[in-house]
Parts: sequence; structure tokens; C-alpha cells
Amino acid sequence: MEYLTTLFKVSLIQNMVLAQFLGLCPFVGVSKKREDAVGMGIAVIFVMTLASLVAWIVERLILTPYEIGYLRTIVYILVIATLVQLVEMIIRKVSPALYEALGIYLPLITTNCAVLGVTLLNQNAYADRTAFASLTLGLVQGAGGGIGFMIAMLLMAGIRQRLELAAVPKAMRGLPIAFICAGLMAFAFLGFVGIVK
Amino acid sequence: MLKEFTKGLWRESPTFGQVLGLCPTLAVTTSAENAIGMSAAATFVLVLSNAMISALRKLFPPLIRIPCFIVVVASFVAALEMIMKAYFPDLDRALGIFIPLIVVNCIILGRAEAFASKNGVLPSILDGLGMGAGFFLALFLIASIREIFGAGRYFGIPISRLFGSKPGAWAQPISVLTLAPGAFILLGLLLAGRQWIGRRKG
Repeated sequence: MEYLTTLFKVSLIQNMVLAQFLGLCPFVGVSKKREDAVGMGIAVIFVMTLASLVAWIVERLILTPYEIGYLRTIVYILVIATLVQLVEMIIRKVSPALYEALGIYLPLITTNCAVLGVTLLNQNAYADRTAFASLTLGLVQGAGGGIGFMIAMLLMAGIRQRLELAAVPKAMRGLPIAFICAGLMAFAFLGFVGIVK
Repeated sequence: MLKEFTKGLWRESPTFGQVLGLCPTLAVTTSAENAIGMSAAATFVLVLSNAMISALRKLFPPLIRIPCFIVVVASFVAALEMIMKAYFPDLDRALGIFIPLIVVNCIILGRAEAFASKNGVLPSILDGLGMGAGFFLALFLIASIREIFGAGRYFGIPISRLFGSKPGAWAQPISVLTLAPGAFILLGLLLAGRQWIGRRKG
């Protein structure tokens, strides 16, 4: 049950983008076309889940036993950067079609603060739990965060595609109106508060 | 030389001009105090990493320069985390994961790539200070609006007390400004204001 509520919580109630302000740069940068939003969303779900796993391994096998928690930020970002590079190489070898679709989004993910953010949130939230619980809950939080990110991106891309045809005042064109739409979406997402206590 | 400093304030303002580093801009600006703390922390890392990257710029192999930048930035962030935990524990708690997330702040990596890796140490320090000041101005503006109008306080002191009246007698706060939707809409309006001014200036 806790897994289900965690999934709901991170993907809708505490949506990465609209409630926690993580990953705003790709959110406004790559949400102009729906296809791009889907590609970026899938890449983020994939990398966030893997990053949760790898960060857990590093945390439990290296940082905690040797008591070098103060190196956490450096180690995490290096692990994520390496992971993204590795995933890129593997996808290029195994599935060229998928690489074609995701290729250009993967390098951008290293500096997506939602990925580093979710690993740090996992560490903050589940550090005191048993090894198994912290791993599985971390994976759920990673995947759920990615799903929430993708939902927000997809909705935003749909809205922005329509905005192109709308008569927006000159000063509001481009990013200003995009942020106001994001604000209205965030209002809608406030409605999910209360689904899970 | 002075231009390297002043360009960050308005023309290439990291928040309103380049629209970078938005996550902390929206996340920590619920109070003016947090805004000052966040921009001071980011400026600390920005100036030091700009100086270090500019000094080492000829040693970085071009192909892997970005990972090199990240390592430099991450080292300064790790130092910053320890300083914050030791001397400003309350601020550290209020800013939460946005302190370690300075590592992936696009302003810092952006300046490393666009400026520090091409220019000398002194201009890079000035550039870092200017961008940091621009970041501070933007954060302070957003946080002031959100705290005064959203929470009815400024630096934690109720506004009504400034006017010597009872709490709530002066005005009701627009509490949505302190929530996520208010932050997005406020940033949208401020960006629109900047576009409007830019358009009138020609």
C-alpha cells in the first residue's frame, strides 16, 4: 500500500515540476512540440529510475560504511553523469531506433535537477529505513517522479501547441504566457492534495 | 572591464534575460530571507568556480570539458554545504535540497561554458559577481512580492505591525502567492513586464 501511495504522491500531488519546482529548464525548453515532450519524458523516467538504483548502491556500499556522507553531492552528480553516458552508449548499440528518438535528450538529462533532486530526496526520506524498503521505495519515487515529470511536460506541450494559434498580447508572447499556463496547471494539480493523507 | 559586471544586472540578467536557474528562483522565494541566502550561496559558488575554471581553462581537454566543469562546481558546492551546516544551520534547513542542487544550476554551468572557459581570471570573477548580483536582484524582487503580498510579512515581521494596526486590519494577504501556482504566474507576469519594457525601449 505504501508503494501505491508513494507513486500517487510523487507523480501527482507533489509533482516534480508543478509543486516542487524541479526540472524547470527542460520543462520550458523542450515542451514546444508534443513528440519532443514524450521523448524527453521517457528518457527522464528511465534515467531517474536507474539513478535511484545506482545512488542507493553507492550510498549503502560506499558513503555510509566509510562515513564520507559529505562527499554525497560530488559522488551523486558524477554517478549520474556517467550513468547517462553509459545509457546513451547502450541504447545506441542495442536499439538504434530508440537512440534516434531519445539521443538528443539524453545529454541534457545530466543537468536536469529533477534527477539529482530525486536521488537526494530518496536519501533524505528513506535513509533510516531497512535496506530493502529504502531501495524499493526509492525506485518507486524515482519512477513516479519521472512519470509526474512526463505528465507535466505532455500537458504543457499540448497547451503550447495551441497557444501558437492564439492571439496573445505582444508582451506576453513566448515564455511569459507559458509560465502563466504552468501556473494555472499548478492550480489544477493542487486539487490532488487530499487524495492521499 | 566594468561592463562584465553590469551586464548581469539587466541586459543578460540570469533570471529575466537568459531565463536560467529557474528551480531555486521559484522554490525558495517564499521569504526575502531565503532569497538572500540562496543568492549568496549561488554567488559564492559562481564566483569561485568561474575563477577556478578560467585559471585552468587551458588544461581541460575540449571533449570532456563539461564533466571537468561539473567536478569543479561540485567541489565548491560540497565546501559550501559544510560551511552552511556549520554556520547557518537554520538557513540550510530552509533551503533544503536546493543547496546541493546548485551543482546542476544552469547559470553556473552556463557561465563556465560561455564565459569563464574563454576569458581571463579577473573578467571571469567580475562576470560571476555580476551574474550573482543579477540573480540576487531577481530573487529578492520575487521574494519581496511573494512575502509582502502573499504572507503579509516582510523579513518575518507582520506588515500590519509596521503601520501600528491590528493583524489583518490593514489588508488580507493573497495567500496563493506563497503557493506553487502563484510563483509561476508571478514569474510569467514579471517576464512579460520585462518584454514590454524591452519593446518600448526598442
